[in-house]
This record gives sequence, structure tokens and C-alpha cells, in this order.
Amino acid sequence: MLEVSDLHVRLGGAHILQGVSFSVAAGGVTAMMGRNGVGKTTTLKALLGLVPSTGSARIMGQEVRGWPTHRIAQLGVGYVPEEREIFTRLTVAENLRLAEAGLSGDYPRVYSLFPELQERGRQAAGTLSGGQQQMLAIARVLLRVRPLLLVDEPTKGLAPKLVGEVVEVLAQLSSSATILLVEQNVHVVRRLAQRVLVLDHGEVVHEGPADELSDENLARRLVGVSGPE
Amino acid sequence: MRPLSPQLAALRARLTGGPSSRLPRGVLAVVLVLLAVVPLLGFSVPGLMPGPAAPVNSAGTLQVLGLCLVFAGVAVGYDVLFGRTGLLSFGPALYFALGVYVFDIAISDWGWSPGPALVLTLASAIVVALALGSICLRVGGIAFAMVTLAFAQAGYFLAQSNPLGLTGGDTGLVLSSSRLPGFLVGVANTPNLYWVALGYLVVALLLAWWASSSAAGLVWTAIRDNQLRVEVMGYRPFPFKLASFVLSSVVSSAGGVVYLLLVGTAAPTSVASTSVTVSILVMVVLGGAGSLWGPALGAMVYVYLQQYLLGFSGLPAFASLPGPLRIPLSQPDFLLGAIFILFVIFVPGGLAGLAQRLPRRASHVKEAPS
Amino acid sequence: MSTFIAISFSGLALGAIYFLVASGLSLIYGLMEVLNFAHGAFLTVGAYAAWVTATHLPASVSAPERFLVAVVVAVLAGAVIAGATEVALIRPLYRRPVSQILVTVGLDLVVVALLLGVFGSNSQAVPVPSWLAGATRVGPEILPNADFVALGAGAAVLLGLVWFLGHARYGLIIRAGVENRDMVAALGINVRRAFTLVFVIGGAAAGLAGILNSVVFSGALVSPTQGDSLLIFAFIVVVIGGLGSLWGSALAAVMVGMLQDYVSFYAGTGGLAQMGSISVVLLLAVVLLVRPSGLMGEAR
Repeated sequence: MLEVSDLHVRLGGAHILQGVSFSVAAGGVTAMMGRNGVGKTTTLKALLGLVPSTGSARIMGQEVRGWPTHRIAQLGVGYVPEEREIFTRLTVAENLRLAEAGLSGDYPRVYSLFPELQERGRQAAGTLSGGQQQMLAIARVLLRVRPLLLVDEPTKGLAPKLVGEVVEVLAQLSSSATILLVEQNVHVVRRLAQRVLVLDHGEVVHEGPADELSDENLARRLVGVSGPE
Repeated sequence: MRPLSPQLAALRARLTGGPSSRLPRGVLAVVLVLLAVVPLLGFSVPGLMPGPAAPVNSAGTLQVLGLCLVFAGVAVGYDVLFGRTGLLSFGPALYFALGVYVFDIAISDWGWSPGPALVLTLASAIVVALALGSICLRVGGIAFAMVTLAFAQAGYFLAQSNPLGLTGGDTGLVLSSSRLPGFLVGVANTPNLYWVALGYLVVALLLAWWASSSAAGLVWTAIRDNQLRVEVMGYRPFPFKLASFVLSSVVSSAGGVVYLLLVGTAAPTSVASTSVTVSILVMVVLGGAGSLWGPALGAMVYVYLQQYLLGFSGLPAFASLPGPLRIPLSQPDFLLGAIFILFVIFVPGGLAGLAQRLPRRASHVKEAPS
Repeated sequence: MSTFIAISFSGLALGAIYFLVASGLSLIYGLMEVLNFAHGAFLTVGAYAAWVTATHLPASVSAPERFLVAVVVAVLAGAVIAGATEVALIRPLYRRPVSQILVTVGLDLVVVALLLGVFGSNSQAVPVPSWLAGATRVGPEILPNADFVALGAGAAVLLGLVWFLGHARYGLIIRAGVENRDMVAALGINVRRAFTLVFVIGGAAAGLAGILNSVVFSGALVSPTQGDSLLIFAFIVVVIGGLGSLWGSALAAVMVGMLQDYVSFYAGTGGLAQMGSISVVLLLAVVLLVRPSGLMGEAR
């Protein structure tokens, strides 16, 4: 599904990714962990062509490095960014309409997962609560078939109850799509992921099954911080 | 101003690791000496200027070369703001025109002598730059460009509307020679004016070099590269930007004074209009923004080409050229604009960047550790 | 009183022309963060295209038809040169914002020089139907017909843009792109097509502004430098209104147009012929001191 090799990103004189290599097989959830600032978000952005990079990134067998972002997305890649990045001045319905990208969207699926978004269709997206904004950000990638989802810290800053809801939704999605999940919360990773990648200083420093994380000491050593309890 | 902090020292280390545009001092000295002896050269160089060959030190040629030197200094001053601090101002014409007009008004309207007139000119440049800079710098980026342009245009309108009968309106104000020292007056003294222009360029280069290598200069470069990081380090960018704005403006105004001495008339379209600003911008980008001598070189090339093309299109033979050749050549701005576009797209470092690349490829430059 | 109304009306018409220029600048800036210095050249090209058309149509074409065709050609010419500029000069410099501005500066130089070289520096007269040079009595006032046309065009473009941005799919893409270009692309939308589109729309409005400016304020004369002088006022309007805000531009355009006309008329006789223009710059300074992000702009 996704093969990354020797990916480098240099931004404003800083060498942020220093040869990231990993691969993700089709199906299931692969978690990418690591301390703040080690390049997790940059990896996702580089895969989407949002930051210039060198090296190789193959998605579904195609070398996409150097492609414009919209073509990579049209290949069937969905992106749920860390800061939600919903369009705050557009209504909820407009946010969704935009995400159809010219095709008719799978609204029944979206509204069955997030009934609230249907009720609040005419509301400006910027006035939604943090949790609702996260739902909208996820809903955006569900309107079309997207076999690969890049999801960046979806539980960050959410109340525990909402974390549970987001985890439920992602678990459901993982039956039909491959998910690369950037996540700091070890409990969320344990619940969702089958495999774990650990990034440090712009490189992949560990790769293994998610079960290893049940060993708290190992988890702490690998990730540096444990998730909030 | 705060002393050089450890962060700033680190910054200096990082910045000097980047592509610098230092010309060996020997080369610079040789160039300056060569420029200084030009008025003594009594022979003619065929093709130096269009039309019948005249000696290099003829008044016409020296005036063109003097203009090259004046604008070289103005470009160096503008680059302190644009290339060094990263602020794209569309207002250098305002300060250039201020220099031309205040000096001219003091001498020709009020009958002052040159010394006090120069002091008044520089003082008003500082005051106006401080006031307008404080307003313009309230906005950044694109809005800054638009606002500086608007103020410059207001200056142009002011000069055009002949307030209190001071500026002479559209026809301009001729510099009265009776208050000037004899050695600056008359065609025979063009070599002296040329040397004044050269002196001005040297002062502008020294000022820009001194300011850029000072602690404030480091902060300027840091603001250009990443203003947020400067703020995180605990510096307020505003006073540094204002200092850059004022220095740049004062150098432009001083250039205006020298221009006036060389040309003898203050006219709104040739000193205050947007096209003056655009010319200065083109000179700097052609030469290479952010490098000390690049803008000077760019300005000399620009002014020389412009004057050459103007002279060329005035020749009788020119009228017999076919239209597709004659029309673009009759408009120096067409060729200069096209060259400028090509440079922006393909040679972002300008002439200085080109010159930099050649020796680098040849010699083995040690890669700075990252 | 009558004079006051006539001045107000003329100021409103001037504001409408400013809006036509500023709306495109504001859209382009809002979506792409490009300061388009060549916008004045688009305007001038539109005006010259209208002049060439109006003077070259066969004699059998009636004056009103001649003028209408000329206006359509002006709009098309503005749209085409703007679209070509985006594709050929702006797009290759993606992610180099300063270079994008510089390249439009160069283009402005080249286009104006070319027009000067080909058509000369003298103004050229566009033939206009006699109705357009006349006036209409509204109650006690006699108001110039050309002013009505300018106002109507400004209002039509404003309403058209409001509808387009609010309801058309590309309008949606543009509004979303103003907020976050990268995320629009990440949804699989070719946002670059929207870039070209805003240039085309802006160029079309500029072409219209070019010919209308000639007809309403320059005695139906077109000149190579008309765009550059108008452009600076459009810049001022965009900054006062708030960069990227369409309604802000509309409001500021009316304010600037009327202020300029009032000051020119009531204070312009006191030795400062350009006081109207200078007062506009002063208004800009005041707005920047009180509200640096403009009347309706958001702090960026």
C-alpha cells in the first residue's frame, strides 16, 4: 500500500526528515509514534506533497514523490490533519460538499456515523466544538472511497468520552481502509494499531508489532512519553 | 540596542555559513581606483556610447557614468531594506525625490548655501522616514509594499501640485547655480561631479557594509529569514525594521542630492514617479538582492543600458529599422523589463549570484557542517 | 445642494471603477497572496483592445453596437492576458511569493512599453454612442449617463461575484482556498485551476474597468499609462477594505472615490490641485493607525 524509502525534507535550513524508510501493508492500522518535533507530521505532509522532499514514496505501487498534492489525493489518499484544518468560514454542509471533489458523496455513511453533522449543516464550521470539528475533519475523507488514510493525532485535546468515539470510528474505518495513524496516546495505539513505527530525529528508529507496547517500560523507552491516563 | 547575545552569536555562525557574496577586498579596491581615474582618460572607446565616438572623459559620457554611480549608491541603500531585511518596499522614489526637492528648494527657492541645505535634506529624510516608517511597518508583507507605494505616490502628487509655488509643478525646479561652489557648476566641471558621485557610492557601500555586519544587521538578516524566530528569541522586530527603513531612506535621499547636482533639474516624473521605484527595484534584482556589491553592479548595468538604448534610438539610422525591431528597441523599458523577468525566473541570485557560482564550481569549497 | 449631489454621484461612480480594479486584486491576493502589479497593465490592454475594436468595426455597425462589442472585447482581452500571465509567469514561481510579485512588476514594464512603442504616447479617442456622453434628469438633478453605467457595472460585478463565491462550486473552492490552500489540494481538488480562474476573473473586471474609466473620467481617451495611475488607488482601496475581503473592497472603494471627489472639488482650488489624491493617502494612513488589518480584513 505504502512504501517509503530514504525520504528527506529540508525546510528553511533545517534537515527535518533525514532518510525515513518504512512500508505499510494493505489493511489495518499502523501507528507512528515519537516525541514532539521528530518529524511525524512532516512525514505525512511529505507523503501528500505538501512539503518538498527528496527520496521515494510509493503509494499503491505508484511513485508519487514530486506529484502535486491534488493528484496524490485523487489516487485515494485521505488526510485528517493534526489541527483539523476544517474551513472555518464555510458551513458544515459546504465543508462536506467541497470534499466530494466533483463526485457524489457517500452521505448516508457519513451521517450514520456523525448524525450531528447533518443537523448542523447550515452552521459555520468555525463555531463547532473541538470534538465536532474533529468529526467533520474525519467525515471529509469518508465521502469518497479512499483506500489510504493519513490521520494525524485525532484524539489530541479531546475529552475522554470523545476520544472513545473517535477510536470507535477509526476502528470501523480500518475494516475498509489502510490507516497510517500518528498518535501519542499509547492506549489509543494499543486499542487500534497492529503495527508501530517509532520516529526519532527524523528517522525511523523502531518498527514492530503493537503488542510490544503492553510492556510499559519498553513503551516509555521507545516513545519517550506515555499517554495520559 | 542589546549586545550580541549567545543566540545571536549562533545566528551569526549559521548565517555566515550560507552563500555570502564577499568580493575580495583587493578586487574592490582595484575597481574603485579604475572608476576614479575614468575622468582622466582622454581617448575614446568605440561603441562605448552610441553615435560618433567621443573621449571617455567627455562631459556627455561622464554624466552617464556619473548617473550609473548615483543609482548604484541608491540601489545599495534600498537593498539594506529589501535584500538585507526582507522588506519589499515600493517607496524608495519618495526618499530619492525628497533628497532632490528639499535640497533644490533650499538652494533655489530660499537661497541657502549647500552645507545647511544638505543638513536640512538629511534631517528631513530622517524625520519623514521615521514617521512614515512607523506607519508602514504596522503592516507586513504585501500590505507593506502597497502602503509604501501609496505614500510614494502621495509624494509624487505633492511635487506635481506645486505647493506654495515651491516645486515648480510638472515642469520642475531648475537648480540655481549661483549658490553653488564654482567647481560643481558647468559642463567643464563634470569630472568633479563624477567624483562626487563616486564618493557618494563609496560612502553608501561603507554604510551598508558597516550596518549589515553590526549586531543590528544580524537581526535584519534573521528577520528576513524567519521573523517568528526573532520574536521567540526575545527581540522586538519593529525597532530593527524601522532602523533599516530609515538608513535605507537616508541613503536614497543623499543620492537624490547628488543626482540633482549632476542633472540640474528636479522634475516629478523623473525623480518621484512609480517608475523610479520600479527602476531601483529592477537594478537591485538584476544585480542580486542581499549582496553588497550586486545592487551597485545591477544599477550600473541598468542605467548604462537605459542611456545607451535611449541614445541609440535617437540616431538617424534607427528610423530605418523594420517595425518589429524598431518598436521594442525604441522603448528601453521593454528590453529592461524582459531581461528583468528572465532574471527573476531563471537567475534569482542576480549577477552577484552568477559570479558566485562560477568560481565555486571551479574550486573546492569546504562544505559548512550543518 | 445640487452641486453636492452631483459630486457625490460622480464620487460614487469613481468608487465603482476602483472596485472593478480592486475586486480582482483582492481575490488574487486572498487566494494566492500575490500582489499583482500587472493589474494596471491588464486594464490598459482592455482599454486599447476596446479602442482598436471600436475604430476597426465596419462603418455599417451602429454606434451603440460598436461600443458594446468594444466593451466585450475589453473584458475578453483582460481575461485572456490575465489567464496567460498566471499560467506562464506566476505558476512556475509557485512557492516563491516575492518572485511572483517581481515578475508582475516586470510584466507591467514590458506591456506598457510595448503599448507606447506600438501606439505612441498620445491618447486615443474611443468612439462612444451619443447617449453615453449625455445626461439624464433625475428629479431636480441632471446626472451624467456614463456615471450610471459605471455604477451599474460596479454593482453587477459585486453581485455577480457574491453569487459566484456563495453558490458556484469554484466559488466554494476559492473561499476554502483563501482559508487554506493546502487542505483544498489535500482533498483532491486541483487548486491551481482556481488560481488561473481568479486571474481570469480579475483580468476581466480590470478590462471592463479600463474602458469604463476612459469613458467616464478621461473623455473617452485611452492612454498607455492610464492603468498604472488607477492601480495605485486600487491598492489603497484593497488595503483600506482589508486584504482579501470583497465587501471590504466595495465599501472602501466607495469611501475613497467619494472622499477624493469631495476634496478635489472643495479644496482643490486652493493651490493644491492633487489634494484629492493626497487626501486618499491620508485616509489610508489613518486606517492603518486605527485598524492595520483594514475595515473588514482579518488579522493574518
